[in-house]
Amino acid sequence: MTHVIERSGTAIGEAGHSGADVRSDVHVRIEIRDGGGLEIQLESRVQPYYGQLIRQQAEEVLDVLGVRHALVQIRDEGALPFVISARVEAACRRAGLGANTRVLPERVSPPSPSAPDQLRRSRLYVPGSEPKYFVSAPLHGSDAIILDLEDSVHPGEKDAARLLVRNALRAVDFLQCERMVRINQLPLGLADLDEIVPESPDLILIPKVESPNQVVELNCRIAEIKADYGVTRSIWLMPILESALGIENAFAIATCSEQIVALTIGLEDYTADLGVVKTSTGAESLYARQRLVNAARAAGVQAIDSVFGDVADMEGLRRWAENSYALGFEGMGCVHPAQISVIHKAFAPTASEIEKATEILKAYDDAHQKGLGVVSLGSKMIDPPVVNRALKLIERARAMRLVP
Amino acid sequence: MAVLEKTELVTNAAGRIVPELVNGRQQVAYQGVGKYRPAGQKAAPPIRTAADYPEDGDKRVPNLQSALGKCGLRDRMVISSHHHLRDGDRVAMMAMEAAAQIGVNDLTWFPSASFPSQKGAIEFMQSGTIHHIEGSMNGPLGDYCTQGKMRGMGVLRSHGGRWQAIQDGEVHIDIAVIAAPTADPFGNCDGSHGKSACGSLGFALADSVYADHVIVVTDNLVPFPCVPWQIQGNNVDYVVEVESIGDPARIVSGTTQITRSPDRLRIAEFVARFLRDAGIMRNGFSFQAGAGGIALAFVSYLTQMMKDAGVKARFVRGGSTKYLVELLEEGLTDYILDGQTFDLDGVRSMANNPKHVATSPFTSYNYHGKGNFASIIDAVVLGATEVDSNFNANVVTHSDGRLLHGIGGWQNCLASKCTILAVPSFRDRIPVIVDEVTTLCGPGEWIDVVVTERGIAINPRRQDLLDAVKGSQLPIRPLHAIKEEVERICGGKPTRPERGDRPVAVVKWVDGTVLDTIWQVV
Repeated sequence: MTHVIERSGTAIGEAGHSGADVRSDVHVRIEIRDGGGLEIQLESRVQPYYGQLIRQQAEEVLDVLGVRHALVQIRDEGALPFVISARVEAACRRAGLGANTRVLPERVSPPSPSAPDQLRRSRLYVPGSEPKYFVSAPLHGSDAIILDLEDSVHPGEKDAARLLVRNALRAVDFLQCERMVRINQLPLGLADLDEIVPESPDLILIPKVESPNQVVELNCRIAEIKADYGVTRSIWLMPILESALGIENAFAIATCSEQIVALTIGLEDYTADLGVVKTSTGAESLYARQRLVNAARAAGVQAIDSVFGDVADMEGLRRWAENSYALGFEGMGCVHPAQISVIHKAFAPTASEIEKATEILKAYDDAHQKGLGVVSLGSKMIDPPVVNRALKLIERARAMRLVP
Repeated sequence: MAVLEKTELVTNAAGRIVPELVNGRQQVAYQGVGKYRPAGQKAAPPIRTAADYPEDGDKRVPNLQSALGKCGLRDRMVISSHHHLRDGDRVAMMAMEAAAQIGVNDLTWFPSASFPSQKGAIEFMQSGTIHHIEGSMNGPLGDYCTQGKMRGMGVLRSHGGRWQAIQDGEVHIDIAVIAAPTADPFGNCDGSHGKSACGSLGFALADSVYADHVIVVTDNLVPFPCVPWQIQGNNVDYVVEVESIGDPARIVSGTTQITRSPDRLRIAEFVARFLRDAGIMRNGFSFQAGAGGIALAFVSYLTQMMKDAGVKARFVRGGSTKYLVELLEEGLTDYILDGQTFDLDGVRSMANNPKHVATSPFTSYNYHGKGNFASIIDAVVLGATEVDSNFNANVVTHSDGRLLHGIGGWQNCLASKCTILAVPSFRDRIPVIVDEVTTLCGPGEWIDVVVTERGIAINPRRQDLLDAVKGSQLPIRPLHAIKEEVERICGGKPTRPERGDRPVAVVKWVDGTVLDTIWQVV
């Protein structure tokens, strides 16, 4: 077979996954030929129902990418159209073709743009290379979905995952979820931006931030791409502090860009940096987490906690989340949808807190109407900060639909 | 290649095209739910006399071959077997082997269900020992049938429908071969003890009562009496002792596992919340759930809700699993009425707890009786392969027409006061909610709720349920809205595979009428 390699060089590309254990993905192998047109060999679990459409879609993608002569072998495990498209494109790119062409699936209308201070109690991580989780992830009611390009994606799959995530941002209905993407560490993360930013995610998580410069550089690149593609929606930033230095620079980082709406912490890397063992009580990271909360408050942005990794330990999760709320965090990450309701409960004001806040606000209104300068509830005088806190609590409860 | 009889096709009350003649027997086409009125007397086996049976009650013979010989095995007889040993059963194939040794041909194999480990039946069909199968066929057996290779037509019945067919004389069993985890020489049998314990033997009960001859095969022979007895030795002709009736690992699962799939958990939670919010979960209520991943998770969610609300059930129906057993042991239900037993906890509970009661298709499901338990149950949670916009459902075939599941108790359970289909909205890109089901197994009149991960659809015929959940936080949506959303996600409606024009099997309704046809796959 040496003559094939001699003639076409590196013109073979493969992408995606297939096999008995694989669901909702597709493996595509493309061998570029000198002539003879397209030969598509298709094996699919859904052959009788969508075989024709899969062929048609592959042809369309290849046409856009300018591939005219190739052997295309597709082994499909029931992949959805936006996945098929991303896999064909990735295989072509790996074969050295179509580098500057994007094949974009039809766009469903994205959720309304997110506000800087919107509820971010829960953000559900979805590995960027696992298409089977994409379409259902928004159903589970988390405040946000994070399509992850960083730690959950194998280094050899970064390029393909980028295309999948890009397509998902266009083709998946995210319902009410904020659409977040965790990019890779810089400089690899800059390449992620090229694919992601044109699809206007609501928020980008930046891993391993240690200094404001990193954020500023990244934000400039985002602004350039936005301008190139005419993206007008805001793209908020959430730096992830994952080292002792990052924690030390928390306030400077939080205030370095108008786009930053929250700070969060990555405890695996942080504890590794400290050389301590990560425990389920989090005693070893208490200082870092408190420091982060304080810096975030001072900067007027949200403090968001890490994830609780043990999916089976719901009791441990509940304790962690309640403690996290008590420390001043406004939310945390989820690694399984089952964690969402536990987290929402922990970050919600209790019924008695709501009742008390309602009484305080009523007393404030009464005093205000009577033109009284001093607000009192029963025999107690209520200070303005207490009224403010009650107001915030009720606003938050309203956003969580706990009060009308 | 098989030679099928020539038969006229007619359109039944559900608008499905069905054959008038099946394996030489005239059929009644489906007339609608509750419309067909049977007449006449039940079937009965010949009268026997104790004078012909050993006075010492010892009915043992050395092996299955001699037992079959003594029963007068001939060509074209109907031989029945039962699936309480599930995929671990060895007895059915042992019986076919013995029949082949004797050299008879053209038997009808009438199993209560077949399993993948019985794919050897294909060889018996090819060699001529078996003419055709009347019973569920999946995997390789299903393919053999739908490819049109079987000489006769397959007949798919529900568990209750199988009882009805035997009782009504539609199927006359010449020889029933009953696998017994424990038996005595007189033929009394029990399923909940012994190394091959499986729980209930209910599926074999009709055969023991109505067959001309009954052979019991056991690997745990105990001296008379075998207590308790689920099968009465007074109906049994011969007892055969063998080394092993089945593979214990495949008879029951050691532990049943709840699904970890987020979508399936979500469906299960919706089902439990629906029962709670619709007011079905209340003191003294009842429900049935099988052993599928969603059903198990549903029981686990519902258990918590029952505890939170301080509610107890009067009875629950299995397939029992450790989750139902926990409910019983924690006092959250008075009884388990068990049709089959899926795991070791279930088997242990049935053996030891008098409130864990073995039932049969007669008590639970038979439609041609003076009522049955299925219609008394407040709610049942079932699966399906397809549902159409009118809530008609398919449980036996893939969308491509290949046989996938047996009907089991599914059709009978539809009689419950609230029938819930818990299904993912699509599988491998194939939408579950379709324009028209490939095979009709359950008429929409008897299907009340479809729960998917994308919302809950209530049959518009059930205004009472729609009213009951008004104001709840449940995502109640019209079925067509879920259907359209899924078609969008999947990139359009699937192409309907072309179906052949030759009937290879029929689906019976619970009253023995012909509900639909399985066609040869092109």
